[in-house]
Amino acid sequence: MGYFLFRRTVGFLLTLLAVSVVVFAVMNVLPGDPALTILGLDATDDALAALREQLGLNDPLLTRYFSWIWNALQGDFGTSHSFRVPVATLIGERLPMTISLAISGMVLTLIVALTLGIGAAARHRSFGDWGVMFLSQLGIAIPAFWLSILLVLLFAVKLRWLPPGGFSGWSDPVAAMRSLILPTVALALVQSAVLTRVTRSSALEIMRQDFVRTARASGLSHRRVLWRHVLPNALVPIVTIVGMQFAALVTGTIVIENVFYLPGLGRLIFQSISNRDLPTVQALVMLFAAIVVTANFIVDLLYVVIDPRLKVRR
Amino acid sequence: MFTGLNSIRFTSIALVLGAGLTAGVATAADLVVGFQQEPTSLDPTADATASIDGMLTQNVYESLTIVAENGEVHPNLAKSWDISEDGLTYTFHLAEGVMFHDGSAFNADDVLYSFNRAMAEDSVNPSKGIFKSIESVAAPDANTIEIKLKGKDAFFLFNMGQGDSAIVAEETAATNNATPVGTGPFKFDSWTRGDRLTLVKNPDHREAATVALDKVTFRFISDPAAATAAMMAEELDAFPGFPAPELLPQFEADPRFRVNIGSTEGEVILAMNNAKPPFDNVEVRRAIATAIDRDEIIDGAMYGQAVPIGSFYPPHGTAYMDLTGAYPHDTAKAKAVFDSAGIAGTTVTMRVPPFPYAMRSAEIIQAQLTEAGLDAKVENVEWGFWIDEVYKKKNYDMTIIAHTSPNDMGNFARGPKYFYGYDDAEFSALWESIKTEADPVKRDALLKQGQQYLTDQSVHGFLFQLPLLGVFRNEVEGYWSSSPVLYMPLKGVSKG
Repeated sequence: MGYFLFRRTVGFLLTLLAVSVVVFAVMNVLPGDPALTILGLDATDDALAALREQLGLNDPLLTRYFSWIWNALQGDFGTSHSFRVPVATLIGERLPMTISLAISGMVLTLIVALTLGIGAAARHRSFGDWGVMFLSQLGIAIPAFWLSILLVLLFAVKLRWLPPGGFSGWSDPVAAMRSLILPTVALALVQSAVLTRVTRSSALEIMRQDFVRTARASGLSHRRVLWRHVLPNALVPIVTIVGMQFAALVTGTIVIENVFYLPGLGRLIFQSISNRDLPTVQALVMLFAAIVVTANFIVDLLYVVIDPRLKVRR
Repeated sequence: MFTGLNSIRFTSIALVLGAGLTAGVATAADLVVGFQQEPTSLDPTADATASIDGMLTQNVYESLTIVAENGEVHPNLAKSWDISEDGLTYTFHLAEGVMFHDGSAFNADDVLYSFNRAMAEDSVNPSKGIFKSIESVAAPDANTIEIKLKGKDAFFLFNMGQGDSAIVAEETAATNNATPVGTGPFKFDSWTRGDRLTLVKNPDHREAATVALDKVTFRFISDPAAATAAMMAEELDAFPGFPAPELLPQFEADPRFRVNIGSTEGEVILAMNNAKPPFDNVEVRRAIATAIDRDEIIDGAMYGQAVPIGSFYPPHGTAYMDLTGAYPHDTAKAKAVFDSAGIAGTTVTMRVPPFPYAMRSAEIIQAQLTEAGLDAKVENVEWGFWIDEVYKKKNYDMTIIAHTSPNDMGNFARGPKYFYGYDDAEFSALWESIKTEADPVKRDALLKQGQQYLTDQSVHGFLFQLPLLGVFRNEVEGYWSSSPVLYMPLKGVSKG
C-alpha cells in the first residue's frame, strides 16, 4: 500500500507538471495579446507598452514559466491579468459554486442511476425495464443546454417556482439550494442516463452468477439478495464509470454555468481564455487536472475497498 | 411564446403553490438591471471593457463634463468653464462642496492628480490619445483648473466627459479596480465577480434630491436565452443592452414590457485591408460596395432592427448625411468590375470576430460576394485571435467590426500602421481641420465633407449603425433610448 501511494503521488505530480507545460505553451502559441484585450482598440502604443511591462509580459518565455512554477510551488499562483487580483482569490470565490454543483449533480446521478439501474435489472425484460432503458436512451440523446432552457422556461418563467439562474452563495442556504435545483437536474441528466445503463448491465451479469443462485436458494429475500449480494459485486464497473463521470461533471459545469449564469469556475475559465489571462487559465487547468487525477486516484482506492482481492494483487 | 390566458392561469397557480418559494420582489426604489458583458475591473481609467463605463461612469465616477443623450456637453464636476480667445486655454470652475464616497473632499488637486496619472509615461489609460492634445494642467486655486492645449481640439470638452477622464482621488486610485470610489450620485456597494454588482444612492450628492433609485443591482447574464428567461421571470427590471434582436418580438407581444430600439455610436463596417491587393484598388472597393445589399444584411443579421449607413458617421449625429444610395446594389455591375480587374474567382477571406452581428452579416455578405464572382470565405475567429491577427498584425483580407467610440472618423487618419491599411494624406489633412474647428456649424460642414470623401474612396463597406436594443418593464422610466457615449446615467431613471 505504501509503494502504491508513493507511485500514485509521483504520477500525480508528473501529470500536473506536464499539464503546466502544455497550457503554458498553448497559451503562448495562441494568437492574442492580453494588454490589447484589456486596453481595447483605442489604446496608444505607449499605454500598451506600459501595461505589458506592468503585467510582466516582456520577460522571456522560459523566465516567465520558471518563475511561475517557482511561485506556484510556494502556493502563489500569480495575479490575474484581467481582474488584477490574486488568482487564488478568484478561484476561492468561485470554487464553492462549482463544487456544490458537481457534488449535487453526482449525488443525484448516483441516486437515480442506482435505483433505476438495479430496479430495471431486478425486473429484467418487464415493462419497467423497457421504460428505464427508453428513458436512459432519451437522456443520453438530449443536449444538456437545451434541457436547461426547457427547465427554465417551465419552472422559472411559467410556474415561477424556482429562479431562472444565478447563485448568491451559501449565506442563505434555502436560496442557494433553490438556485441549485435546476442546474443539478440539467447536469445530472446525461450522467445518470449513462450510469443507469452501466448499473443495469453490470447487475444483470452478477445475477447470472452461481453465488446469487446460492443466496436465493438459502432463502434470502429478493430485495436482500439484490442490495447485499448483487450490488456490491456489480460495483467495480460502476465505480470506474463514476470516476470518469465526476471529471465530466466538473467540466460539464462550464455549459451549465453559462446557461444558468452561475458564478463558477466554468464561466471563469471561459472568460479567462478569451481575455488571454494566462495566470488564471494556467491555475484553472491545473486545478481541473488535479480534480480529475484525484478522482481517478480515489476510484483506485475504492477498488481495493470494494474488492479486497485486488489488494493482494498489488 | 406563451398565450396570455395560460400565463394568467399559471400565475395564479404559482401564487397558491409557490408564494412561499418565490424570492422577494424588489421594492420600487430598487432596480435590477441585466448586463451581457461582465466587467473585469471597475476602473474605467485602466481598462477599456465597455461594461465598466456602462455600469459606473457618471454613476459612481464623474468627470469634469458630462455628455447628454443628444450628444451635447453639459457641466458636471466643472460647474462652468471659460475658453480663451485662441481656443487653447480652458479654465474650469469646479463644483464646490463635492465629497468623494470615502468622505474626503474633492478639489482641484484631485483633478490635477487624475490628469497627471492619465498623461504619465507609465499610464495605462485605454484612451490615452484623448490627453495627447494637452500641453499643461495647473490648479491656480482649490476650485479652478486651467488646461492649456497644444493645438485646438474640437472634441476636448466631449472627451472630458468620458469614463477615461473620470476624476479619482490619489488615495483610492490603486484600489478602484475592485472597490471604486468616486463622487457620483451612486456609491459602490458590493461586487460578486461573475454574478452581480450593487450600487446604492449617495445621499450627499449635490443632485441627490433628483435621484429616484435607492439601490441598483447589475446582474451579469451573457447567454441571450438566459437573459430572456430572467426578464420573463421578472428577475430583472431592465436589460438596456439586449443581446439578441431575434428574441425581441416576444417582449413586444408581452404587455408587461416595453422594447426600445435606439442608436449607439457603433458603425458596423465590412473592413477591407486597403494595403493589400486587390483592396488597394479603389475600383475594386467600390465594386464590393456595389455587390453588397445592406437591406438584405440588416434583415438577415439584425432582424430588420438597424439603420443602414453609407459612410462612417452615426445617423443620429448633427452632421449626418445619407450616403446609402452612393453604390446601389448591382451584382452584374460588380461582377463586370471584378472581371476587368482580373480578380474574378479570387479567394477573399473574411476573418470574423465572435459577435452575432458580425457572424450573421458575414454569412450574407459571403453569399453576395460569391454571387458577384468572388470566391468569398468566412473564417470565424475568437476575440483574442482577432485582436492579434487582424487588428495588430493586419493579417486579413476583410473583417466585420463595429467601431463604438464617439467621434472616431479620425480612424481613417491613423495612417498605414492602423489595421485599415489606409494611408491618405488628403483625408488626414481634412481630419486635422475637423478636429481643430471650434465652430460647430463649420465643423459639421467639414464632417459632411469627410463622410462624402470616405464614401467616394469606398474605404470599407459601410453596413449599418449598431442599434441599442433595450427591454424594460413598464414601470421603469428615464433610461436613455440612444447613447452617444458608452455610459447610461441612472440619475434620471425611476421605477414605478
